[in-house]
Amino acid sequence: MNLRRDVFQAIADPTRRAIVTLVASQVMTAGAIASNFDTARPTVSKHLQILTECNLLVQEQKGREIYYNLNPEKMQEIADFIEPFRKMWDDRFNKLEIVLKNLKKNGK
Amino acid sequence: MENNSKTEFVVDLQNKKATITRMFDAPLENVWRAWTEKDLLDQWWAPKPFTAKTKIMDFKVGGRRFYAMVSPDGKEGWSIQKYTSITPKTNFKMYNTFADKDENPQLPGSDWDVTFSEQNGTTKVCIIITNESLDRMNKMIEMGFEAGLTATLGNLEELLQTS
Repeated sequence: MNLRRDVFQAIADPTRRAIVTLVASQVMTAGAIASNFDTARPTVSKHLQILTECNLLVQEQKGREIYYNLNPEKMQEIADFIEPFRKMWDDRFNKLEIVLKNLKKNGK
Repeated sequence: MENNSKTEFVVDLQNKKATITRMFDAPLENVWRAWTEKDLLDQWWAPKPFTAKTKIMDFKVGGRRFYAMVSPDGKEGWSIQKYTSITPKTNFKMYNTFADKDENPQLPGSDWDVTFSEQNGTTKVCIIITNESLDRMNKMIEMGFEAGLTATLGNLEELLQTS
């Protein structure tokens, strides 16, 4: 699943994660986002491009400015992707709980 | 759907790390046994409807567990857990790789750090899994995805049978 890997690789980078967190709180222009980082502006642009390409951020033209929005559906997709893995551990541990109950009953 | 999970779960993609914590109403002694004895491990390791089958279990530093997760249609997914450090009833570490049925590991793998602590008869287990690559991290999550999905379908089946 390439699409998934792309999203995960996108948010595996610390700067891109910070950008996602910033944009989650408010819609921002590229300049406003860049002003939060010491990184060179072209580097921030590259990060924004990657985040936009994998649909985590959406661009919106307002007059002469381009604003970046967070795409909540994509974020939900990431959460949904991880959820079954969490559930697997939950199932596994529920079974362990039963094993432990039996141990308590049978053994000293 | 209500979330009554007792499992605390944190995925840190940046560091390719997953942390899983759970409290058990059982003495430390028994929890440790359930993690380190083959017959007990096989009773709980596989999430429903999978079963776990441990072929080799040698719980000592440098030893290993070679086991399969078996799907309801008999498909076996093998893994190797190589024990790298053991502090009895406190902590053990292992290096985990997927493998084929002939025990050839598929690198890279992941490092597991499992810590046990008891307070007033309740035992806390904390697992930290660190993957060697992001691809490995994704693969681990996707394996869970499959298991979780199958488990959900299994539960549905049960529900349909009882209604």
